[in-house]
Amino acid sequence: MSTKSDFRGSRPISSFFLRKPKVRLISLLSLPMTWIVGVYIVSLFLLLITAFWNVDPFTSRVSPGFNLENFIMVFTVPAYIATSIRTLFIALSVTAICVLLAVPLGIYMAKIAKPWLRNILAVAITLPLWAGYLVKIIAMRLVFTEEGFFNWLMAPLGIRGPGFSIPIVILTLTYLWFPYMALPVYTAIRQIPPNLFDASSDMGAKGFTTVYRVVIPLIVPAIIAGSVFTFSLSLGDYLAARFTGGATQMIGSIIAANINLNPPVAAAYSMIPIAFVVIYLMVARRTGSLERM
Amino acid sequence: MLRLSRLTRVALGGVVLFILFFMYTPLMVLILNSFNESQISGWPIESFSTKWWEFARSYQPIRDALLNSVLVATGAMVIASILGTLVAFAMKGFSFFGKGTVNILIVLPIALPGVVTGVAFSNTYSNFLTPMGFNIGYFGMIVAHSTFCIVMVFNNVFARLRRMNPNLQEASADLGAGLWQTFRLVTFPQFRTSFAAGALLAFALSFDEVVVTIFTAPPGVDTLPLWILKEVGRPNQASVVNVVATVVILLSLIPVYISQRLARAQEDER
Repeated sequence: MSTKSDFRGSRPISSFFLRKPKVRLISLLSLPMTWIVGVYIVSLFLLLITAFWNVDPFTSRVSPGFNLENFIMVFTVPAYIATSIRTLFIALSVTAICVLLAVPLGIYMAKIAKPWLRNILAVAITLPLWAGYLVKIIAMRLVFTEEGFFNWLMAPLGIRGPGFSIPIVILTLTYLWFPYMALPVYTAIRQIPPNLFDASSDMGAKGFTTVYRVVIPLIVPAIIAGSVFTFSLSLGDYLAARFTGGATQMIGSIIAANINLNPPVAAAYSMIPIAFVVIYLMVARRTGSLERM
Repeated sequence: MLRLSRLTRVALGGVVLFILFFMYTPLMVLILNSFNESQISGWPIESFSTKWWEFARSYQPIRDALLNSVLVATGAMVIASILGTLVAFAMKGFSFFGKGTVNILIVLPIALPGVVTGVAFSNTYSNFLTPMGFNIGYFGMIVAHSTFCIVMVFNNVFARLRRMNPNLQEASADLGAGLWQTFRLVTFPQFRTSFAAGALLAFALSFDEVVVTIFTAPPGVDTLPLWILKEVGRPNQASVVNVVATVVILLSLIPVYISQRLARAQEDER
């Protein structure tokens, strides 16, 4: 595009832009960057500022100030600490279950299934991703409710579901985010050159040994890339806990409960999931797995 | 080839069946329950009827919520399409200082938890803009949705621009076309399918979004997911909720389906 136009006279505006790539770049970026920085980044920044403000306990009205109380509360009130740990545990469990399901699924799709079945499975795994977030939560609620599908299915075996509790929250979150793990893991397994499997079995490794010593090490980057989604999406969630968790509270529950009553506390507590997600992203980035996302 | 014993293969097949069962049963239970005649959902369904579908069709709050959902998703789609395309062009045609930062800024609104994004917007609206005498109201919802939809359009358009032949644009300029003429006649026809696909995904993403909406919707305004949210708060799930949920499934799958078809049509073009 650096070619100078010979029609400079007839198209003054176009040739001006053609001669000035910097001006072109700025005019392309100014609007979207004004939006994202001006609207979003400023909002995050204001949230951080609000975390230091005071609140009138009776009117819930905030007033500017510099008050470390809210942050101290987040790190000292036992209920808040317990909620942070519980949320971390839930997010890690969801990630672990997603990995445990995604690896066999990926091996089956990439190495055992015929091409037609592979395509059907790929669509079948992707489709629920778009079926609606809240819809999936209330669908799980319907399955695990007292008079629901699960208890009906298990009744002949004499098994009753645990009711709405932490295990059901973990299941619901797994249900929501599993495709984010399954798809990269499947793609990674497909990309392993077949002769590696031949080499492994020529050297006497049985199927399981090959999976353990060849497949798993090669798909670690894909697992980490998938876990960024399963982990951070679970960490910030609170509607799954609200509708399938009974009294289970997560970090998001506390933020949501406080935003109207005590915005500074909500703001201070918001920094916890941001910190968890940023730390996780930095660790994942170190392993070099984010380039494939 | 990976050599696995027969037993292992069967076991793997079993895991796959279990996963499919796990992924589709809840949706099936929900959709079937939208035809449950009884007021309260459950399993097994005693008798089927379409009475909740008929009820939902003429029930004013549901129609209002549907209208709001469509309005917000359309607004978010339009804004995100313009902004996402602009960023895609900047990222494609130039290498500049801070390119990586721009990339992170685009992804951030969808990478951070929805509750954080929602609370950040809500905090700005009610603790900063309102005291300054500026009431953002309905538009606040569209602003928030647009922000996290940008990445959808950006991804689609950027992927297409990267594969485009830059010589065509130069040829067009050499032949005397102005920038706008080149864009309209040469560049846009080459990426319009990706553009449409990205815009539809943005629509679907906004239509489905609930957490950010909770914090940014003005009082008394419901989108379809918000309406569901309020109804499910009650102890038992009313069957009419399942009708609305089924509508949400359909209305988010249709744009995705069309966008996939568009992407495939484009693959064939090349």
